[in-house]
Amino acid sequence: MSDFLTPTFVISVLAAAVAAGTAILFACLGELITERAGVLNLGIEGIMLMGALAGAGGCIWSGSAWVGAGAALLAGAAMAAIHALLCVGLRANQVVSGLALTIFGTGLSAFLGRDIVGMPPPSSFRRIDIPFLAEIPILGRILFQQSALVYVSIALVVFLWWYIFRTRAGLRLRAIGERPEAADAMGVDVARLRALYVVMGGALAGLGGAALSLGTNPGWTEGMTAGRGWIAVALVIFAAWNPARAAAGAYLFGGVEAGQFRLQTAGVDLSPFFLSMLPYLFTILVLVLSTREATRRALGAPAALGRAYMREDRG
Amino acid sequence: MSNRLTGSPAHRLRLERVPSPSRGATALVTVLSFALALLAGGIVLALAGENPIAVYLAMVKGAFGDRNGVAEVLVKTTPLLLTGLGVAVAFRMQLWNIGAEGQLYWGAIFATGVGLFVLPAAPGWVLVPAMIAAGLLGGGLWGLIPGALRAWFGASEIITSLMLNYVAILFSEYLVHGPWRDPGAFGFPGTPPLPAAGWLPNLGTTRIHLGLLFGLIAALLLWIMLRRTRWGYEIGVMGENPRAALYAGMPTKRTILLVMALSGALAGLAGMSEVAGIGHQLQRNLSPGYGYAAIIVAWLGRLHPFGAVLVAFLLAALTVGGDQLQMNLGLPAAIAPMLQGAILFFLLGGEVLTRYRLTRVIG
Repeated sequence: MSDFLTPTFVISVLAAAVAAGTAILFACLGELITERAGVLNLGIEGIMLMGALAGAGGCIWSGSAWVGAGAALLAGAAMAAIHALLCVGLRANQVVSGLALTIFGTGLSAFLGRDIVGMPPPSSFRRIDIPFLAEIPILGRILFQQSALVYVSIALVVFLWWYIFRTRAGLRLRAIGERPEAADAMGVDVARLRALYVVMGGALAGLGGAALSLGTNPGWTEGMTAGRGWIAVALVIFAAWNPARAAAGAYLFGGVEAGQFRLQTAGVDLSPFFLSMLPYLFTILVLVLSTREATRRALGAPAALGRAYMREDRG
Repeated sequence: MSNRLTGSPAHRLRLERVPSPSRGATALVTVLSFALALLAGGIVLALAGENPIAVYLAMVKGAFGDRNGVAEVLVKTTPLLLTGLGVAVAFRMQLWNIGAEGQLYWGAIFATGVGLFVLPAAPGWVLVPAMIAAGLLGGGLWGLIPGALRAWFGASEIITSLMLNYVAILFSEYLVHGPWRDPGAFGFPGTPPLPAAGWLPNLGTTRIHLGLLFGLIAALLLWIMLRRTRWGYEIGVMGENPRAALYAGMPTKRTILLVMALSGALAGLAGMSEVAGIGHQLQRNLSPGYGYAAIIVAWLGRLHPFGAVLVAFLLAALTVGGDQLQMNLGLPAAIAPMLQGAILFFLLGGEVLTRYRLTRVIG
């Protein structure tokens, strides 16, 4: 326990937090744009699993981690397309459709992945130090000595923030989630845009799966996301539907995950079963606190979240 | 109506709401969703290089081919029914309890604790009711946590109840690997066996046990409660029209707590009946995901207790068939949840046909 809380130790935990939080971050951003469009997708866990499988499988098949990442994007998009079809096209219950997606994705990934369980992928996203930036004291070690996927996720946070809050397309995205009737009257095709964002959100969640199977936990194992998809859904509330806050939340969870292993290796006298509970308990705590904050500061969810838009019902 | 100025003024199809779906249409959609899911599953199997017909025949044979198969289906019906009933009662109030898995584990933990440490020497007529009570209590308390967080803090019970599943399973693993581990046992970690007085009696020489009767009785009681009591009526109103319930002065917070406790208690009873009826000890992997399949039982059964009985039986057959595949053909049992998810998709898609009808409009 002597090397505990030294600067080196803290910096290495923070760097590990960013690495471990990236999978959750991708999934959280995917859910974020989905919810911004007014659709709740509880299938993120199942989508991430399919993404993790497609990532590992694509990489084993082609030898390239980038091909794996592409496969994960496609798998995630395909899974989310089911949700879009049911919830946007056919106005099915979004909660139940999302749960069905998670059950389906868990079963399908276990079935399709039966032959590559535990097989190490021939390549993965390894650490790349960014010239100059990696030399910055402390921050360089935490943010710029990471894998390519981490850089992609950071760029995505910046891009999505700009897109949602600073562009016309982003304004339309917010409109279909807040006031679909008004957006419709403005000439926006609500159903088509919603479906598009659901599918893109699914693609990001799929990539989140690949950030595990080609990044921090290389290879495919059944149920390897271990609830990270659900944590991502909870984090969207913490993030108040803002990409920058989503990054903060995802790294917080990455920190809990990384810290848990460090505590174990540091010989902390607590059963590993209890340490493993930490991310889940922490999620509940974060959810309760952020729900309270959201109510107090009126950082509400998109007003039409979870509600199918029925043009026929419009006055 | 049409604010789209461009586009040709042709006939367009649109969905029109039907006031209330007919029973026949509902039943037809349910049967069709099963058939279409099997068809879609067959395509996936064929693409994966398996012969779908052979796989399905093997599943049917595994589930209904002999006396043991049928008995096993009824054994698996028990936890699916009890957890499904619990989920259904919560869903009726639009409380999305997806924590049945963890609530099942806590029921098993409490019941095992009573059998091993509280009343180890009690006769059966004391021990079995005590373990039933403990199972109900364990599951009910675990269900109360997300209920309370929802009632007082507004926290989504979907997330909290799901997170608590992981916590419950990890805690039970801790018990069977640590303080409750049977030091004399080899192989899979588990607690020492429960005293025989606490075992639920079996039907003849089969593995079917008294738990099945618990499930059927629970379905009947729930049906009476939902249909005949004021409380059951209030649950329905709060689910369908929370605002009306508020104006009518119905105690929403208290009902959330009670419904979540009842929902959890039913899942807890499933856990109790698994340890007392099947394993006779608390062990790893007590449930292969009954608490998640319960969501399908509830929704496919239209949140109706008797519907849950039927669907629990069907899903049990699917599960037993899937297990047989693993044993006989070396195929993963994951085919069962895959098909379950697909059934739900088709049901959700098909429901639109019962709630809406297609009409042509000149637009």
